[in-house]
Amino acid sequence: MAKQLYYEDVEEGMEIPPLVKNPTTQQLVKWAGASGDYYQIHYDKDFAQSTGLPGVIAHGRLKSSFLAQLMTDWIGEGGTLKKISVQHRGMDLAGEQMTCKGRVTRKYIENGEHLVECEIWTENPRGEKTAPGSAIVSLLSRGGKS
Amino acid sequence: MTEGSAITDELRSMIGMATEPVIMEVERGAIRRYADAIGDPNPLFSDVEYARNSRYGEVICPPGFFGWPLKRGGMMELLGTIGGALFRAGVPRILDGGVDYEFFLPIRAGDILTSHGKFADFREREGRTGKMLFITMETTYLNQNGDLVAKARSTLIAL
Repeated sequence: MAKQLYYEDVEEGMEIPPLVKNPTTQQLVKWAGASGDYYQIHYDKDFAQSTGLPGVIAHGRLKSSFLAQLMTDWIGEGGTLKKISVQHRGMDLAGEQMTCKGRVTRKYIENGEHLVECEIWTENPRGEKTAPGSAIVSLLSRGGKS
Repeated sequence: MTEGSAITDELRSMIGMATEPVIMEVERGAIRRYADAIGDPNPLFSDVEYARNSRYGEVICPPGFFGWPLKRGGMMELLGTIGGALFRAGVPRILDGGVDYEFFLPIRAGDILTSHGKFADFREREGRTGKMLFITMETTYLNQNGDLVAKARSTLIAL
């Protein structure tokens, strides 16, 4: 686990340390089993190609989960992920590297909570954002209250 | 209804249609497997002793995991119902367009959740390859104490 992040350490515009993922077909099969999503475009190349896809593609929910991990790794154990929104816009082929990135868009205190809003996205090796989204986290404050 | 709209009267009548409540069991093993499938080594999801000594006191679910249904049904049944209607509307393929989660309370191993889902909205757009229908489904998750733990809004794209 990364060290604990505090509200006071965060500035608007700051980048979240990227998380690099390499979803292989093996990982997609594991995800199918763990999530219960057995749609064949995610593990059967012939099937995927028969639907017009270039090959097996990663599950959208897996990409959302990668982005959730980006956030929970960053905020540390004392932080809480309150909202995450992800659009599965582009497809990612199995075996292609995916980099999860994010940037702080706003920090504010509301009802005693120290909140930070971020834009987040997954990026393919060509720099295209395949799953853009946003997240809101509540962070610990050095002042004591979260 | 306009001529050629993908939102047929049959589909329109499904707005607000709700699932039977689904009972979900949150097991440590299932949580571990889910975290492992993401490739997330966070010990809060997998290490019982570590989690016991954390502020949660028990292994928690990675965001987006709500345990396994004790009995299949709910959303899948609802999708089955809509599948035929989508086919008749000329948009038979369904893609996962995205998801919005709002989390209110941690979900711990041992929790029993009840989920309620419904079709919230249908919206139509002309895509590059023809008609696209955006279907919004809303799901709420309550724990065994009746407390709201999470809400999900899923977007399905039918084309």
